[in-house]
Amino acid sequence: MTFMSKPKVAHPDLPRNALGLTRRDYEGANSTLCAGCGHDSITAAVIEACWANAVEPHTVVKLSGIGCSSKTTAYFLSGAHGFNSVHGRMPSIATGANAANRRLTYIGVSGDGDTLSIGLGQFCHAIRRNLNMLYIIENNGVYGLTKGQFSASADVGSKAKRGEVNRQPPIDPVQLAITLGASFVARSFSGDKAQLVPLLRAAMRHDGFSLIDVISPCVTFNDHEGSTRSYAYAREHYEEAVHADFVPAAAEIAVDYAEGAAQTVTLHDGSRIVLRKVDADYDPSDPGLALDAIQQRMRRGEYLTGLLHVAHDAEDIHALGSTPDTPLNAIPYESLSPGGDALRRVLEAYR
Amino acid sequence: MSITRAKDRVNDFVVKIATVNGTGSASANGLLLKSIFRSGVPVVGKNYFPSNIQGLPTWYEIRVTREGHRARSGRVDLMVALNPETYARDLKDVASGGFFVYDSTWPRPALEKRDDVTVLGVPLARLCNENFEGVRTRILMKNICYAGVLAALCSIDLQIMRGLLGEIYAKKPKLVDSNMKAIQLGYDYAHANFDCPLGLRVEKMDSTRDHVMIDGNTAAALGCVYAGATVGAWYPITPSTSLMDAYKGFCEKLRVDPATGRKNYLMIQAEDELASIGMVVGASWNGARAFTATSGPGISLMQEFLGLAYYAEVPAVVFDVQRVGPSTGMPTRTQQCDIHSAAYASHGDTRQVCLYPASPEECFEFAVTAFDLAERLQTPVLVLSDLDIGMNDWMCPQFRWDDGYRPDRGKVLDAEQLAKIDRFWRYYDHDADGIPYRTLPGVAAKGAYFARGSGHNQYGGYTEDSTEYQIVVDRLRKKWMTAAHWVPRAVIEPAEQTTDIAIVSVGSGDAAVREALARLRAYGVHLDYLRVRAFPFGEEVQRFLAGHRLNFVVEQNRDAQLRTLLMMETSVERARLRSILHYNGMPMPASYVTEGILAVIAPDRPAARLVG
Repeated sequence: MTFMSKPKVAHPDLPRNALGLTRRDYEGANSTLCAGCGHDSITAAVIEACWANAVEPHTVVKLSGIGCSSKTTAYFLSGAHGFNSVHGRMPSIATGANAANRRLTYIGVSGDGDTLSIGLGQFCHAIRRNLNMLYIIENNGVYGLTKGQFSASADVGSKAKRGEVNRQPPIDPVQLAITLGASFVARSFSGDKAQLVPLLRAAMRHDGFSLIDVISPCVTFNDHEGSTRSYAYAREHYEEAVHADFVPAAAEIAVDYAEGAAQTVTLHDGSRIVLRKVDADYDPSDPGLALDAIQQRMRRGEYLTGLLHVAHDAEDIHALGSTPDTPLNAIPYESLSPGGDALRRVLEAYR
Repeated sequence: MSITRAKDRVNDFVVKIATVNGTGSASANGLLLKSIFRSGVPVVGKNYFPSNIQGLPTWYEIRVTREGHRARSGRVDLMVALNPETYARDLKDVASGGFFVYDSTWPRPALEKRDDVTVLGVPLARLCNENFEGVRTRILMKNICYAGVLAALCSIDLQIMRGLLGEIYAKKPKLVDSNMKAIQLGYDYAHANFDCPLGLRVEKMDSTRDHVMIDGNTAAALGCVYAGATVGAWYPITPSTSLMDAYKGFCEKLRVDPATGRKNYLMIQAEDELASIGMVVGASWNGARAFTATSGPGISLMQEFLGLAYYAEVPAVVFDVQRVGPSTGMPTRTQQCDIHSAAYASHGDTRQVCLYPASPEECFEFAVTAFDLAERLQTPVLVLSDLDIGMNDWMCPQFRWDDGYRPDRGKVLDAEQLAKIDRFWRYYDHDADGIPYRTLPGVAAKGAYFARGSGHNQYGGYTEDSTEYQIVVDRLRKKWMTAAHWVPRAVIEPAEQTTDIAIVSVGSGDAAVREALARLRAYGVHLDYLRVRAFPFGEEVQRFLAGHRLNFVVEQNRDAQLRTLLMMETSVERARLRSILHYNGMPMPASYVTEGILAVIAPDRPAARLVG
């Protein structure tokens, strides 16, 4: 139950980040999701990523829509403001919030129903505006809270718990985002923390819209034989194309990469993403080639994962709108009101 | 040609101009309106335009009113008929003894005759074809030429016109000359051929000093600038779009940092109204003053978010420039038909704070009030103007601004205040006024809370517990009662003599009602008057209604939405409220109100004699 608080007892020897905080400081309320839900693993990865990035919890804003996935923002970072909005409309809340204060870190959590059906329009337009946020889709192919209807991400031929077979083609958020010009697009699996955590860390630092589509099996309604979103299916058909390691600004690149196998992307704050290509032919900087590779694998029934597309930062709404560095919500009124004399001058034109 | 002089109607007549939209006539109409205004004579301008870009009939009505009335008159004394397609109906519109000006370049054998109307032919097209080159120029000049004809017929000062053109085309002086040439052509032709001026004429007065001619959308936008709004999100929809255009225009002049070129505002054109209200809610939740402008269809789309903002207690300012419904309705015609959908916007037990400006000057004032109320009450505030107020130029007293004004940001705890308290409870009624404290993201971990539209308790936690749920919604009801004390009071104007009959109106209906009250008074009928300016209703509304045997509720919709709201939200008996409803999409004329009232209170007296 979310209104029950966890006991705040931390072992003195727990590792601390640069802010002196332990992982416990990044936790939230207890999850009320089903035991074994993929979403809880994602929540754990978000906690890990925020701790590792040493973000101050109160400088993060958590946003969500409606659905199982959208509940999870209550389960991490209890020191951050959260806004659980209406179904499919989280991007517009995020847009407004970001407009008011460009300095905070915005993490949106959504599901495949929330993003790809009711919220498809807002999702697309948030990408189009290059809204500076991390957008996580916890993708399980099914509506959980309403008990097992197919979502728009369900694969053709995937079988529902009661035996019904989906015959409509899925909407793939990764391909959609690449098509719409998103500059950071990744896919991962809730069961692969080693892949997911660095992706989250990099995405949070990426200046612009970052999408991570995380395959996250629904243990109650979509984890059976015949489902293409089950743990078993995901493990079997999951292939990492590009592994992304996140290296903070001050740190050294510690891992030795074989020559030619690694590619470094430097982010605006000086931190780096080191891309390790598992598939030597894959080029994440070219959206066309990325789409080709993703589609090729998809035809074979495989999910290509990792940081599938990353490009130079595009201009976000603040750059396009030439807003000041000071957040709009912090500009003193004296700088906003033109004053009575100016009003008289303005009204001269209406005489 | 000699003209039988009509009864002199100095500074008291209506000119209506019938043209085709997209041909540049708006400039001539604006020029005429402003020229009369600058002659010191009060004037009313009403634009009746189609939902179309080019080629459909459009009309502009100029009422010259020495009394300073603000409503549409309903009668037409002089018709300038430049659209052959509407000749027949335009001729019918002219009052007995009036005039009908048409372009006589081409013979109009089909033109119906009316013995009581003087028809004046002016070869506008021929004059312009002889004097200007190029098809587009000739059409545009024809549509400025008639301003010259009217200047001659109605004695409008040409020097004032030239001065105005100089201001309008300050950067293109050549246009001043060509426009003036066209005006002079019309003016000279009229003087040479007719006995100018007519009895319908303008004589200089001094009644427009300290006034401006401005529309409500522009005024509301200016109010948003002065209120300190920084985020505007919208989806284009007639008749509200010009509000956002005006906000942008003002901000480009008044809100750009001269040193850095950075803009102290951000406008976001949303993908739809669901998104625009979402952006406003997100920005307001995060501490910016944010607003949107829309019309009825947009209000329908915003319902879900308005409910979330009500329940999660997030400020939001929404301008609803009402137009004719239902559905797409008549997008370029006026109505007051969103009173219900705004008042109870969203599912569940929701009730929204609404403000009802009656004029552009109130649009300016209420824009500022709306932001203060929204933040003080932590709830959406809907400002309901309409197309008539929003898009027509009204003569208004010069707006004033108090430089001592500071925004009322309401109960927002900053880091220092948070440090002093033990725990922060988002929805707890500390002050027993129903209004909790809020915090902004990014300020301090102690202030963090989870805003949600799902059930929550007074501490801000999720709940499905009946008691905990009820504590919060009951407090919201209490907050509503608090709001009734803070919203703008109703305007009450007692009659000169004691009476138990009254008129109640709202918004733009005020103009016609005031004129009707004056006319009725002249005939010995005295009525008290109340204009509702906000929802929830203050106790003065209840008291006023209960204090009158009969209240005529005058409004511009079919279903008596204000009357219904009064019946639901006050304890006054149904029988005391009698509707006068005007809902054909045109602004209501005063005669409609006087006739409606006399039909009830003096059914045996011939209305014509009384109304005059």
